[in-house]
Amino acid sequence: MLILEKRPSPSRFWQGATPVLAVALTMIAGGVMFAILGKNPFEAIRTIFWDPVFGEFAWYFRGQLLVKAGPLILIAVGLSLGFRAGIWNIGAEGQYIMGAIFGAAVGLAFYPASGWFIFPLMVLAGGFGGWLWAMIPAILRTKFRTNEILVSLLLVYVAQSILSSMALGALRNPEGGGFPGSRNLSQYPAAANPEIIAGSGMHWGVVAAFIAVIAAYVLLQRHILGFHIRLAGQAPRAARFAGVSPDRLVVLCMGISGALAGLAGLFEVSGPAGQISIDFASGYGFTAIIVAFLGRLNPLGILLAGLLMALTYVGGDNASTNLGLPSASIQAFQGMLLFFLLAVDLLSNYRIKFLLKERA
Amino acid sequence: MKTGTDLLRVEGLTKAYPGVVANSDVSFTIKPGEVHALLGENGAGKSTLVKMIYGLVKPDKGRMTLRGADYAPSEPRAARASGVAMVFQHFSLFEALNVAENVALGMENPPKMRELAGRIRQVSQAYGLPLDPDRMVGDLSAGERQRVEIIRCLLQDPKLLIMDEPTSVLTPQEVDILFRTLRQLSAEGTAILYISHKLEEIRALCDEATILRRGKVVATCTPRERSAREMAELMVGAVLTPPAKNAKPKGAVALEVTGLSVNSPIPFGTSLKNISFAVRKGEVLGIAGVAGNGQDELLLALSGELKSARDAVKISGAAVGEQGPNERRVLGLVSAPEERLGHAAAPDMSLVENALLSGSVRKGLTTRGFIDWGATRTFAEEIVKEFDVRTPGTWVAARALSGGNLQKFVVGRELSQAPSVIVINQPTWGVDAAAAASIRQAIIDRAADGAAVVVISQDLDELLEIADNFAALNGGAMTVPRPTQGLTIDEIGLMMGGAHGMEVAHVA
Amino acid sequence: MELFGGINPAVLIASLMVAAVPILLAAIGELVVEKAGVLNLGVEGMMIMGAICGFVAAVESGSPLVGFIGGALGAAALSLIFAFLTQVLLANQVATGLALTLFGLGLSSLIGQGYVGIKPPLTGEVPFGPLADIPVIGTILFQHDWMVYASIAVIAAVWAVLRYTRTGLIIRAVGESHDAAHALGYKVIRIRVLAIMFGGAMAGLGGAYISLVRVPQWTDGITAGAGWIALAIVVFASWKPWRVLVGAYLFGGITVLQLNLQAAGARIPVEYLSMSPYLITILVLVIMSADKSRAALNAPAALGRNFHASR
Repeated sequence: MLILEKRPSPSRFWQGATPVLAVALTMIAGGVMFAILGKNPFEAIRTIFWDPVFGEFAWYFRGQLLVKAGPLILIAVGLSLGFRAGIWNIGAEGQYIMGAIFGAAVGLAFYPASGWFIFPLMVLAGGFGGWLWAMIPAILRTKFRTNEILVSLLLVYVAQSILSSMALGALRNPEGGGFPGSRNLSQYPAAANPEIIAGSGMHWGVVAAFIAVIAAYVLLQRHILGFHIRLAGQAPRAARFAGVSPDRLVVLCMGISGALAGLAGLFEVSGPAGQISIDFASGYGFTAIIVAFLGRLNPLGILLAGLLMALTYVGGDNASTNLGLPSASIQAFQGMLLFFLLAVDLLSNYRIKFLLKERA
Repeated sequence: MKTGTDLLRVEGLTKAYPGVVANSDVSFTIKPGEVHALLGENGAGKSTLVKMIYGLVKPDKGRMTLRGADYAPSEPRAARASGVAMVFQHFSLFEALNVAENVALGMENPPKMRELAGRIRQVSQAYGLPLDPDRMVGDLSAGERQRVEIIRCLLQDPKLLIMDEPTSVLTPQEVDILFRTLRQLSAEGTAILYISHKLEEIRALCDEATILRRGKVVATCTPRERSAREMAELMVGAVLTPPAKNAKPKGAVALEVTGLSVNSPIPFGTSLKNISFAVRKGEVLGIAGVAGNGQDELLLALSGELKSARDAVKISGAAVGEQGPNERRVLGLVSAPEERLGHAAAPDMSLVENALLSGSVRKGLTTRGFIDWGATRTFAEEIVKEFDVRTPGTWVAARALSGGNLQKFVVGRELSQAPSVIVINQPTWGVDAAAAASIRQAIIDRAADGAAVVVISQDLDELLEIADNFAALNGGAMTVPRPTQGLTIDEIGLMMGGAHGMEVAHVA
Repeated sequence: MELFGGINPAVLIASLMVAAVPILLAAIGELVVEKAGVLNLGVEGMMIMGAICGFVAAVESGSPLVGFIGGALGAAALSLIFAFLTQVLLANQVATGLALTLFGLGLSSLIGQGYVGIKPPLTGEVPFGPLADIPVIGTILFQHDWMVYASIAVIAAVWAVLRYTRTGLIIRAVGESHDAAHALGYKVIRIRVLAIMFGGAMAGLGGAYISLVRVPQWTDGITAGAGWIALAIVVFASWKPWRVLVGAYLFGGITVLQLNLQAAGARIPVEYLSMSPYLITILVLVIMSADKSRAALNAPAALGRNFHASR
């Protein structure tokens, strides 16, 4: 018989080891899934996880890795603060879209002027757009106790409608011959977010992601505010006893995660994506949830998890061009990863014991 | 002895959990109609033992026989089918369901709801326990909730009724009524296994007693033939000295509460109604009351977790009703809530982090928000040392500590902050006698140093031991404090509300 | 009726009843799950699994009935993952629910690869004969497929079971306090797993209805947030079955109305019309949650908390 026994203190070994174990289990289960799809599982796993980093075309893929990891890490760091405090912002996708729209709108308003201040202004507007969109669920939660999970999520659908309205209307390129989509910001130097080192994939969004990781690490480890965030998530009543105002924390955590998601959207629209278009939203806001958990809500863990998740994207593209693996299988693969992570998470707080069946 | 006359025989029951042996080779017998006491301190293994009898826990070793037949219930359902019923101390009622639904959930084959309601009325009349089957349990007082549990058991005609610490939620008058009911049951042939650590009660009620210490039976005796002191020493295994009270003159008013009225933030909680009192430096005010009469709310309103009108609470003359816990800590008020895990301490955080939890303000553990972990660790180590907290180190999670040790840590953390006002709810709940004595002594010492102390407790003996003045909470209102000296148990009972709505049923 | 220019109210009511079926089924399933004290945020994922499994089963067998059964089974199987993770392995319910949605979206589009552009077998109307020809009433009440009636029957059944039966009492008790239920000897985990599977099956039926009747074809992400709206409707209904019906019909009405307005070429841009159901859902959530006392009294007390019998 299988018995779960709660550990007196959480196991530090398993806290570090569970993500690794989850990745290993996902590779096995993913291999089975690929085999069912009629692909050679070993080849598929190699194509996804090995080739992009060490294969023939690694020079191209490695750059892509940072391009994909940047927004994932930036959004996930913000989300992790809220998740730690028990505040569930799962509408980062919407905040990401709104950040892109706000930032792009500011940039396009200056077109074709030039000036050093335009890009910084767009960054501010992007962060503000995401923050604003996250404030809706935050204020509704603090004023009316409305569930922030549902509101933030429903707002994603609203943001998507606004996005298509912008791409077709207000922000459409007047010289685009009637095609939907805005002017290309990456070809407008004052508003562009180019690669800082050519071929590396390193753009300002990646820099922002690294800064966010460091800032979040310091906040959580050394600052009383970070302590209060952790406390509120683990023991809400103890947090109130410690003088933490739950409402303030909701506004703060939602605000930070919204602003970071908005920034990610701005850096994406002015760099890799280049323009506001109907299919701009690519699901980073949702994948970042997996990244946050995979990184155990720890900034440094999120850094690694973001890179790993970027690898599945890049490798997945590779596998779909080279092996004809359906791109949806990568999404299922990512979902599986989260399942396994949640499953093995148990090991850090419980011991598993096997008991022989008792004799009668 | 012939087994035929025994109702329940327990032989060599043993149950071990990782790290602790809860019961080791426990044996005793109960006869039909006997009121048998199971006596022991917190953590002596009483709960585990009765859970084995009720089928909630499986013994590792040993056997039981019920009316001569082998008895090994695999689940409570089987125990109930064999005629064993249990009244729990906590955790067995559903607040959002009504009385009849709660009763039905505890029965194997409940009749139709309407019929059941009739039988509830009938049984409650017969045993003098008035109860309305249609009321929501969340709206009932603690004593009434206990009646729900008792009636749930009685409807099944039990041969053995297990009662786990039944009087901890009752006023002295309600205890009398409960005892009358239990004697009536015993006279009708129902055996009662009565769990308690209150010696006078056991002397008044029980025919036989089995005394447990650290999971072992240390004695069996007939309570009427022993003194309470003898039994206490058997139970604790040591001679205890009561704390020394301070008789210094009291100083200026340090905590003043005037017309405090707030709505309860807790579902089914009790709102506070126009509470006024003042505590002077060096004074200990004891506040009694049956559970659920506003104790939690009063602590929240004093600690600052629950805000009130600005002038309702004053610390050394400063009006703080609208301020939060940390502003009040700056002015010298510290507090210790009843629930240790989850309220006073975060279960999964280390003792160091838990020291920071309420100590950061008065101990100056942060500068511009950045935490000084070195100083925090030192603070935690001081608490552990000074209050004799048994722990492998300050890095362990709070949940790894035993209840008593965590309570010492929590109380120690608050008392180590040089407070001018101390508010404590249930300072020694679930703590063994030695630890309880040292906590009480620490509280009295701080009062002697000039702190104003408010102790909220459901343990009357404790309050009489340490309090200079005494008041009681009843339905969210508080009586005027009176000097403890010279109060009788009857007077105290009446202050606590007498027998809540029961006089009518017991005119005869 | 300038605004509705050309829209027949009877047809509008009839079509809102159809539009409401998916969220109605998903919401009543989730209501039972939440009554048992479990918060499963994976409704969207289960619905879309139901949509694709139902679609595949119907296309392969040629029978809509087999399709609906397949949809229910597929989603119930997915919900079993949630049950195992949260009830046995004690994983966080919020995170696991989200994982379920993400996984369901991916897996469904994987399964659905070969089924894009195919028409499923037709789910016919229940033949009421002359009743269907009664003006207005006939249009509203007697011209639907059998799932419309089945969904109302499910509401009635859930209401009756929760209110009048011992099973319902036990479900409510487990959701109210798992510790108390355990102390009385009820198998908390088993009861919750069964409730979760019921919720999964209902979400699956709802999803299958989208791909077999509402749309009817398969495209990726076909549920378009219906699962989240179902979750919102449970809150709106303050955990009462008949109010789920009201909430779902209200939402169905808004959806149908905005579609009709789009078709009628209303002046408002299409994007703003299509976001209106989500905005109105948020508005309703706010109104419901602003009334503290009611929400607090009806919400199951143990909602979202995991149970582990420690000693």
